[in-house]
Amino acid sequence: MPTKLKEVDVVIVGMGWTGGIMAKELSDAGLTVVGLERGAPRSDAGFSVPMIRDELRYAVRNELFMDVSRDTLTFRNKPDQRALPMRRLGSFLPGEGVGGAGVHWNGQTYRFSPHDHGLRSRVEERYGKSFIPRDMQLADWPMSYAELEPFYDKFEYMAGISGKAGNIAGRIQEGGNPFEGPRAREYPNPPLKPSLASEMFTETTKKLGYHPFPRPAANMSRPYTNPDGIKLGECQYCGFCENFGCEANAKASPHITVIPAALRNKNFSLRPHAWVTRVNLTPDGKRATGVSYTSVLTGEEFEQPANLVILCAYGFGNVHLMLLSGIGKPYDPVSDTGTVGKGYCYQVATVVQAFFDDRIFNPFMGAGSLGVVIDDFNGDNFDHGPVGYIGGASIYSASLGGRPINQRTVPPGTPRWGAEWKKATAHWYSRTLQMSVQGSNMASRYNYLDLDPTYRNAFGLPLMRMTYNFTDNDEKLSAHLTTVAHDIGRAMGPTHLGPKMPRRAPYSIVPYQSTHNTGGAIAGHDPGKSALNRYLQSWDVANVFVMGASAFPHNSGYNPTGAVGALTYWAADAIRTKYLKDPGPLLHI
Amino acid sequence: MKSGPGEIEMADIARRDMLTMAGAVGVGVAIPVSPAAAEALPKDKVQGSPATSAPARSYQFFDLNEAAFIEAFVDHLVPADELSPSGTELGITIYIDRQLAGAWGRGARMYLLGPWAAGTSQQGYQLPLAPADLYRCAIRAVEAHCETVHGGSFDRLQPAQRQKIVQALSDGSLPLQEIPARVFFDMAYANVMEGLFADPIYGGNKDKRGWRLVGFPGVMAAHAENIERFRGKPYPVEPLGIADLS
Repeated sequence: MPTKLKEVDVVIVGMGWTGGIMAKELSDAGLTVVGLERGAPRSDAGFSVPMIRDELRYAVRNELFMDVSRDTLTFRNKPDQRALPMRRLGSFLPGEGVGGAGVHWNGQTYRFSPHDHGLRSRVEERYGKSFIPRDMQLADWPMSYAELEPFYDKFEYMAGISGKAGNIAGRIQEGGNPFEGPRAREYPNPPLKPSLASEMFTETTKKLGYHPFPRPAANMSRPYTNPDGIKLGECQYCGFCENFGCEANAKASPHITVIPAALRNKNFSLRPHAWVTRVNLTPDGKRATGVSYTSVLTGEEFEQPANLVILCAYGFGNVHLMLLSGIGKPYDPVSDTGTVGKGYCYQVATVVQAFFDDRIFNPFMGAGSLGVVIDDFNGDNFDHGPVGYIGGASIYSASLGGRPINQRTVPPGTPRWGAEWKKATAHWYSRTLQMSVQGSNMASRYNYLDLDPTYRNAFGLPLMRMTYNFTDNDEKLSAHLTTVAHDIGRAMGPTHLGPKMPRRAPYSIVPYQSTHNTGGAIAGHDPGKSALNRYLQSWDVANVFVMGASAFPHNSGYNPTGAVGALTYWAADAIRTKYLKDPGPLLHI
Repeated sequence: MKSGPGEIEMADIARRDMLTMAGAVGVGVAIPVSPAAAEALPKDKVQGSPATSAPARSYQFFDLNEAAFIEAFVDHLVPADELSPSGTELGITIYIDRQLAGAWGRGARMYLLGPWAAGTSQQGYQLPLAPADLYRCAIRAVEAHCETVHGGSFDRLQPAQRQKIVQALSDGSLPLQEIPARVFFDMAYANVMEGLFADPIYGGNKDKRGWRLVGFPGVMAAHAENIERFRGKPYPVEPLGIADLS
């Protein structure tokens, strides 16, 4: 028999960015809050030099990421294939442990475009209904950019984002992104110092008539104290952000910001090594009574009763728990009914390399979000009529590090080994500029998540199954925007230009592409078409809220963390100002 | 390994022979051989003292035949030239051996439960083998191929023959019994790169020669000022590894 614990007001499942924000906001409101995290504890003294500068341990052997020997997912491209387990990490790298993926992220912190929030309406209005492919599940987001703006602002000031505003209250700002939605004020910190690659990309894209701006960064351009009194250090451009923790506390992460801030409240307690296996419901399935979890240290099982359950795992974990617990109706692509597992999206990402005989880039001097980006081909910032697809991409040059196991390139035609390979590697390591295309991805009828009928995790529970492929829309987007990036590369006048390799179906789960997995528990206006309402509250079980990118109706051409943070503050505000006064469904349809 | 004056040049003596002979007189017993006496012996009978003239290469995982294969394979990928010593001299085989003998080789952080099916290439690794098992089976299969087709083990082939084998492993066209050639090659290739460029604490990248090759400065990285001072200019420093700062 599981040990039944004392009831609390709120139980939070997962202690990354969203769990940390919720813990802080709801314990500030005086509620008793328990945060459960399946991985290990981690504090602001967690990382130190020289041990953290270990590329093999962190970027190759994946020490900070989810351990797929215990729990993974199965994958297939199409519903008529047999799904097989993802036996090793590859395409994406979800985090584990206190701080979650917010520990090992690069720190790129965008706001989604106002277009993203009203995407279906915008496309229908500008291009007509027939422009939308048959199986594309295009939807408007159930909250507007203007409604989220104060919460974007709150996230950016909490996380000390370094950047340059492009639109303050409707006035376009020199040096920022002229396409962005209006913001109330400037970023809390100025942009990072540019690298040579950043300067070259800026100069060339300006010449081509585009609008470059510094990538908004959770890497501190100067020492910063956030509104919670949390102190962050100055970034040292060490080039060890992505896949690593920051020993200087110069990269905003949950375990050094919102979680320690929440822990100042005596009514918040954090329990690591607690693996939640189920959200418990009343017999009619209309109300959650709490969660069941297993201590991964002892194997002991516990039941944690709570009035409010907030799912804050990585997106996959949220959807998996909903499916395992019977919250909402599982999505069925054949009948196009049900909602849980629907709308799984990814990103359509490509890379272009340019090699310069006479330039030295010192690639090892960098920061996770150091670089320059153009938004001219993102959202609906350009006319999609002639290109015939929906969506866009941020196109950027990044200087995020030069770690030599993973971050080496040689010009096309170089042998993969031997003396010639060595010579080329020695020469080109410091002379390569890299550009990336981060393409959006729209929900499509046959891209979805459900429970696997065969494979099980360490707790004997079914693994989640992913069915996913790139669509015709994705291929068109990638072909067009990879060409744009390639043309920018050519305009820089390199000695060699790398190949143009747009993404094509079938999607492969093997090479790393992006840890920007979205959807599966999407928010919407219609309970028949979405799992959550506009406050990220389950339509089916009113005392369950589900945070994270799993709520996105589509994935944009940006890194998702800014939007994830804003949505979490928005939902926390709705819980504090609306739900607590009148617990129950916040919207009645 | 560069031989000093008067030392025996071991490069073309198959290590397997040397170890077999060392074993014959007792492992761990240094065999005193004077340079003059050594040179007087027929080449295939020359035995050096592993304790004095060869780098310390005692393996935890590889047996003698596997060691002969992996040394030849690593040195084919990373040959000695004016840029660096050979892969074996850089400790890459030691690196791979330690990885295979450790948790990673036994399949740590891999989902290894069945049922098993080959799947599509998009579904990734689906063998029921942990990395150490894959190496063991694959080396045996490559050696069987070499014996059948070329009449000798991989380490005794001519460089051009080795190149053909490695090429066919890399494009998956080498017919190996049961093991998909490319799956093994991709893993072994990645491990060679790790052994060349990972921190020296793992046994490879000896004297940080992998880092020196490309100009990577290592773990000491406070570049807030350097990123402006050295923008567009070389940053020549003595690389530092974890052990230098521990």
